[in-house]
Amino acid sequence: MFDTISRLVNVFGPSGRENRVAEAITQMIRDKVDEVRTDAMGNLIAVKKGSGRKIMLAAHMDEIGLIVTTIDEKGFLRFGTVGGVVPLVALGQRVVFENDLTGVVWYEENMENMKDAKPDKMYIDIGARSREHAKELVETGDMAVFEGRPVERNGLVVSKALDDRIGCAVLVELARKCPETSNEIYYVFTTQEEVGLRGARTAAYAIRPDMAIAVDVTGTGDTPKSVARAVSLGEGPAIKVKDNSVIAHPAIREKLVECARENGIPYQLEVVDKGGTDAGSIHITAGGIPSGGVSIPTRFIHSTSETVDLKDAENAVRLLEAFVRL
Amino acid sequence: MTEHESILIGTLKKLTMLDGVSGDEKPVRDFITEKIRDRADSLHVDNIGNLIAFRKGTGMNKKVMLAAHMDEVGLLVTGINDNGLLKFKTVGGIEPRVLVGKRVRIGKDRVPGVIGYKPVHLQDASERKSPVKKSGLAIDIGAKDREQAEQSVAVGDTAAFDYDPVEFGNNKLMAKALDNRVGCAMLIELLGGRYPFDLYCCFTVQEEIGLKGAKAAAYAVEPDAAIILEGTTCYDLTGTDEHMVSTRLGDGPALTVMDRSVISDRGLFRFISRTAERLGIPWQVKSTVTGGTDAGRIQVSGRGVKVCTLSVPCRYIHTPVSVMDKRDFFHALKLAEETLAGLAGWLEGEGSVGEVGLGQNQPGGESDV
Repeated sequence: MFDTISRLVNVFGPSGRENRVAEAITQMIRDKVDEVRTDAMGNLIAVKKGSGRKIMLAAHMDEIGLIVTTIDEKGFLRFGTVGGVVPLVALGQRVVFENDLTGVVWYEENMENMKDAKPDKMYIDIGARSREHAKELVETGDMAVFEGRPVERNGLVVSKALDDRIGCAVLVELARKCPETSNEIYYVFTTQEEVGLRGARTAAYAIRPDMAIAVDVTGTGDTPKSVARAVSLGEGPAIKVKDNSVIAHPAIREKLVECARENGIPYQLEVVDKGGTDAGSIHITAGGIPSGGVSIPTRFIHSTSETVDLKDAENAVRLLEAFVRL
Repeated sequence: MTEHESILIGTLKKLTMLDGVSGDEKPVRDFITEKIRDRADSLHVDNIGNLIAFRKGTGMNKKVMLAAHMDEVGLLVTGINDNGLLKFKTVGGIEPRVLVGKRVRIGKDRVPGVIGYKPVHLQDASERKSPVKKSGLAIDIGAKDREQAEQSVAVGDTAAFDYDPVEFGNNKLMAKALDNRVGCAMLIELLGGRYPFDLYCCFTVQEEIGLKGAKAAAYAVEPDAAIILEGTTCYDLTGTDEHMVSTRLGDGPALTVMDRSVISDRGLFRFISRTAERLGIPWQVKSTVTGGTDAGRIQVSGRGVKVCTLSVPCRYIHTPVSVMDKRDFFHALKLAEETLAGLAGWLEGEGSVGEVGLGQNQPGGESDV
């Protein structure tokens, strides 16, 4: 599992630029499925054919990042954000462009209050000597992602982009296990989730599954003075009841709980009022699709050191394996 | 300007003189319908008010959608006071500051009105310093009381800014509603072409209040690719930090990489920008990531659509008068025409989607892995 996660988080893939992630996943699962295709939004759709129900499992490939808006005369880059980048978390971080160029994020130092550290008061230093020099290295519109290599310690994984490569890794591991079922399983690796749950919408419209599960991260309430959340790291995958984008279909939620109980898989229930997942756009697509979610408890979401417990991810694979046999 | 360019500017000026506040686009739709009736293979208006003109392709099994919204920002009459002044709400993104002292015309009879404000002599010190409040504004149509006002206007009427177009300065045009009559003017012209693919020219409604018309049109058309023609933000004047300038007037049409509503399809963006480079048409990247266009709804409609937004930079949009450079408009039109001329090849090659073959390692048609 760590190997799969490690390979996936290291791939460059901000929203709208997921093609390298799609390629990596294709190589990992191509032998295990009957068909792999992409659509106009860049979603990667892998199908394990069957005569039973059509089950869509979705995990998004994109990660948050920055987009170059202006290159100034001294060669510093101004940027906009791609997805929910927290400005203060971005300060001092390294970013990397598609061409492996590294940059450092910093702010206009005449600021009186750090609360004013909005993206338009910040910049990326790529070490260029001038505008002309910088333009040899990057263009306006180029995207960068944060650096944060994966490490494993005490069964926890710390890395950038676990949101949602951990979900991708869970689906990859599930596909590799080839669950024995007559159901038709759609492993859907979606695009542009971080900018508004966009890719999942068109994938679901094309597939028209009988049901769908989004596999994504969810925040935990187990850190010092954290926001009150019922979910903790290491206590099992979280079965979604509600987030800000969807109320899980009760039948899906109950089936997931039943699968966990019958197979002795630890689980938690996820009820959050902030954040959304692909299930939010899937469930109101094409006449309505019963949808739910299996979430991996994650600390420090949208930072360069997102943290998950490997056991939770492994148990998510077991839970989904039981579910798709329904 | 050539004779053809003069005709184009003439059409654009006429378009800006029509009133089409969101939800009330009929005058614009009627004008365009007359303009394109002879060139479309079929024309229809859908339930939400979009005008969709179809040009049959010459055999390719692909559909391309071009979209330009007909609506403009404006006002909606919400009440009539006893003293004959009209209460209103803004339709689309308008700041109260730009309304003070402006002329408007109301309803289909275009009843003249002005948005008055307390004269400086009567304002106390705090009023002079505080920002304009919408609640302090009303439309004055010169009526002596409610009864008289009700004879010419009704609650629910829309009001548009009342400013005629003027060509001025160095190739500039000032007019109301350049966002997005400039896109409509281009789309009217582009309808003339015949291509291998089926072409759907969609004049959409209600963009300014949430990209509503385009969503319905896109579901009906189910295109493979779409190009959205727009008038976009431009604030390139003194006092703006360099990195807050989104486009520059006169630097050519702007292509959007990303805004709040969309991340343009990278392949289509590159195809259009390569077309511009190849033909020496000036172009620029819309550098800020603010604002939204119909592209956002079209992209995520149906099975998904490859989209890119092509815009003419316009200063002061969402105010009574905006300013564009006529050369940007001609260049945008040229770029759109040349893009359509080569688009069939792109759709079949780099822009194709579908099964990822065993020997192929690049899903999404990208070649830079």
